[in-house]
Amino acid sequence: MSAPSGGRILFTAFVALVLTVLPLPPWLDVLRPVFLVLAVLYWSVNAPRTGDIALGFFAGLALDVFQGPVLGQHALALTLVTYIAVREHQRIRSKPAFQQALIVFAALAVYEFVLFAIDGWSGHPVTSPLRWVHTVTGALLWPPVAAVLASGARGRA
Amino acid sequence: MAAFGTPAGRPWQGRGGSAGFRFTLYAAVAVVVMYLDQHQHYLEQVRYLLQAAAYPIQLAVNSPPAAWRWIGQSFESRERLQAENARLRAAQRDLELRSMRYEALARENGELRGLRAALPPVADRWLAAEIVSIQLSSLRQRLLIDRGAVNGVFKAQAVLDDRGLIGQTAHVGPWSAEVILITDPEHAVPVRIERTGLRTIAVGAGDAASLALPYLPANADIKSGDLLVTSGLGGVFPEGYPVARVTEVHRDAVQPLAQVRAEPLAHVDTDSEVMLVWFRADRPTAPTPTTGKSLGELKSGIPSLQPQAVPPRPLSAAPGPPAATPQPARARPQAAVGRKQPAEPQATEPQATKPAAAPNATEPKAAIPQSAPPEPATPEPATPEPATPEPPRHEPPTPQRDAPHAKEQQ
Repeated sequence: MSAPSGGRILFTAFVALVLTVLPLPPWLDVLRPVFLVLAVLYWSVNAPRTGDIALGFFAGLALDVFQGPVLGQHALALTLVTYIAVREHQRIRSKPAFQQALIVFAALAVYEFVLFAIDGWSGHPVTSPLRWVHTVTGALLWPPVAAVLASGARGRA
Repeated sequence: MAAFGTPAGRPWQGRGGSAGFRFTLYAAVAVVVMYLDQHQHYLEQVRYLLQAAAYPIQLAVNSPPAAWRWIGQSFESRERLQAENARLRAAQRDLELRSMRYEALARENGELRGLRAALPPVADRWLAAEIVSIQLSSLRQRLLIDRGAVNGVFKAQAVLDDRGLIGQTAHVGPWSAEVILITDPEHAVPVRIERTGLRTIAVGAGDAASLALPYLPANADIKSGDLLVTSGLGGVFPEGYPVARVTEVHRDAVQPLAQVRAEPLAHVDTDSEVMLVWFRADRPTAPTPTTGKSLGELKSGIPSLQPQAVPPRPLSAAPGPPAATPQPARARPQAAVGRKQPAEPQATEPQATKPAAAPNATEPKAAIPQSAPPEPATPEPATPEPATPEPPRHEPPTPQRDAPHAKEQQ
């Protein structure tokens, strides 16, 4: 698979951002995965040169603007996750979908843990267990999301 | 992990140094940004710009639900609209009547409290804002409204609907503002139990329909059905606005604190508009004529109830001599006490009898000369000693208006 263009990555990231902030009924909102994180993860694994840590940082900053109590919170979490994904992209890429989903689950858990920790430090502790639900749904949705992104990339390239 | 070292085993080398280096860089930036945002307020401007940039996306993202609502509204049946119109009309009439009464009561209350206590700050200006989006998850309960800094909205401004308190503005952009709801788990509002006056803090419980009161001792006097109003502490919300009604009080024998739940009176999920409120910063003390004037401009109540100028004592004494001196003639025991005390009943008497005579008695000088003329007229035939009140009446040459007035009546 050849490296997709930066414009394509930005476009998918934008769509993912819209999906992430789209208003949904509360019960669905709890279940909704953070699509933007999934997209960023996908690009950092599959196009580690174009979709870079910078992508993670700025995507996180965008999330902060939309739903962060502290500016920089999602940026830090997503930077960390992107870094891990970029570092390990070869190992992750070679895994079958099921194992990839497990890795994504772990990455999302790390992501959410960073958010959780920063929430605690900055004095907005949200201890509801519901905040972890999206890590599971995100992992479950990883194969279809990856397939959609891959088909788009292949169709273009 | 060798964050700064060159990863020798890695086949690829991105631009701008190794992945570890860039990660460290971006993470450091993120941490600095977080620190600045949390502890300093250097980033207000940045946030403002970012909010401005995000607003179009937020509008776009929320357009499908908005369009759906619009379609629903445009196909509403005529009868339904008429019925709703009639209902709203009735409600408005009712509210107008109530607000008139409120004006009168507020003024009376202020008068009774006198100079000692402060009136709760009165709403100075209202601005309706439309809700652009609602976020009601258990973690975040926020509203986005379509008014921002260009409309004068500021951070930590109280937001109400017609039933009660909704929340306060958390981030303000140029054309939009984010409102944190009182039910947000990060939000706490200082409240007072209306029945007992007990003050406590109501914390958002995370679902849209309840607040928790976690800081009440188990023996606190609170029961289901109690109304919670803002206590005015903390300075964000003015005093006395309804917040919630207690729905559940649970006292556990082993727990030192009672577990109390309350249901907010405002219904954010059904509202489409909220009100932003500006409160007058100065807390008006007793309604001196100046505040009475400004109140009269602000609200339209019953005109005859508007003025009620309670003359400040020193002012009433100045133009008062003609009014005050006849008094000793009637009330002899009080004659020696002084002029100020007799002046008091005189000032209030005419207001009670004919308040409409002074519809805008903004300055006491106008109110008291009007009250003065009937006074000299009545005691004169009754009292045998007109000689003493007579000289003071001619003495003050300054009030030109009432001097000829008094002569006409003689």
